[in-house]
Amino acid sequence: MTHATASATALYDIPGPVTRRRHFLYGVISTAVILGLLAWIIYLLFDTDQFTSAKWTPFTYKGIQELLLRGLGNTLKAFAYAAVLSLALGAVLAVGRLSVHKPVRWVSTVLVEFFRAMPVLVMIFFIFVALKVQPLPALVAGLTLYNGSVLAEVFRTGINSVERGQGEAAYALGMRKTQVTTHVLAPQAVRAMLPTIISQLVVALKDTSLGYLITYEEFLHAGKLIASNLDYDLPFIPVVMVISPIYIGMCMLLSWFATWVARRERRNPKTEGTGVAAAEPGTVLPGRRRQ
Amino acid sequence: MDVLTENWSLYGKGFLGTVELTVYASILALVLGFVMASFRVAPVGSLRVIGTVWVAVLRNTPLTLLFFAVLLGLPRFGLVLPFQVFAVLALGCYTSAFICEALRSGINTVPTGQGEAARSLGMSFGQTLGNVVLPQAFRSVIPPVGSTLIALAKNSAIAGAFSVTELLGTYKTLNELGYSIIWTFVWIAVGYLIITLAISALFNVLEKRWGVAR
Repeated sequence: MTHATASATALYDIPGPVTRRRHFLYGVISTAVILGLLAWIIYLLFDTDQFTSAKWTPFTYKGIQELLLRGLGNTLKAFAYAAVLSLALGAVLAVGRLSVHKPVRWVSTVLVEFFRAMPVLVMIFFIFVALKVQPLPALVAGLTLYNGSVLAEVFRTGINSVERGQGEAAYALGMRKTQVTTHVLAPQAVRAMLPTIISQLVVALKDTSLGYLITYEEFLHAGKLIASNLDYDLPFIPVVMVISPIYIGMCMLLSWFATWVARRERRNPKTEGTGVAAAEPGTVLPGRRRQ
Repeated sequence: MDVLTENWSLYGKGFLGTVELTVYASILALVLGFVMASFRVAPVGSLRVIGTVWVAVLRNTPLTLLFFAVLLGLPRFGLVLPFQVFAVLALGCYTSAFICEALRSGINTVPTGQGEAARSLGMSFGQTLGNVVLPQAFRSVIPPVGSTLIALAKNSAIAGAFSVTELLGTYKTLNELGYSIIWTFVWIAVGYLIITLAISALFNVLEKRWGVAR
């Protein structure tokens, strides 16, 4: 057994020679099936003339490259705005939910639950169509409302998961409520929440592609422009083959960063007392225990 | 209010479209997620690699890009199916990655001793997984799978933007008919709330019935 995980080792014995041979056979068969599938796809690609020079030369043109780069820039711009604003909104809503004043708590709870239960796209379309806002602000506003509400829950569970003694000790030292939160609870909570926050930002990055549906000139939109150009023989598949690795690569980088941070945290004794589960999509029904 | 009563059939069709999309895509996602989760814990190396790659790629693909590639790309290969089938494929594959992760973390919550005991009784990998580990894992994965399926129902809105008959798509027709756009969206929002609340209620019942007592 080369690189079995802890969970895997419990599920099967260390294989003997016969089993190893059998597993090797399965491995060969499944690899062959996958390779066959890949070969079939490549054959299809060639068969439908996806690798003709007419379809690929556009990518060497400066104008096209600039179009794609501008699209990528717009995607990143929307992501940056949405990330910063949703972190801010999340902080505000989390403070609201943790407030000692009942009306504030009530209002923020309703807001958080509502925006988490709504599909992001419905919110974006509502802002774009009904309120007649420009595409970029509409996209950013929709993403901010959704991700901000999810992040608010993350912040709240993070603060709540700090050991009770920490807050009590701070109060016993005569700190005020605000001081306890900002100096004692929040710093510990943020460390534990960081991986979850970054994973939520991956969601925001992925959802910037929704801008394509409201004609925001982002990466996918640029791709669509090229793909629907008759002069280049409708290079749809080439466009997908260029765009998706970049998109998926960006998201993967951010996801890996989140796992890297999480791994570092686990070794860090400072975060021992806290643990934050991943944010879940909203459920308005009471009674469900969220851990 | 007029918007709803005068366009009852239009809303009904959109609502049913969303429900259908959600149900079919959920089934596909659960099946595929189950297969991929078993791949990821399998003793065969290449199966593990397939499962890992599947999850890593699909979890990091923007759903809009996936829809774009599947709905507009597959027809280029001469594969012509109704848009709804494509939408179910895209949604199901996308969600299966999340289901797979939920199931895998569920499998990890089953105490190691359970698997060891099953093995010491001479059970094979399939028996250990199917008769001992998965039934216990099932109890702890009910809430995360429920959240994933709620997310799926919400994501189905994207299909509407790709001209699949669906609840969000109804706004276009109603807009052209000149109805108040705010109210149009209010009723669309209510429709989605009904669906997500129904899933949430269903999983609350499942959780009460089979969930782990905490």
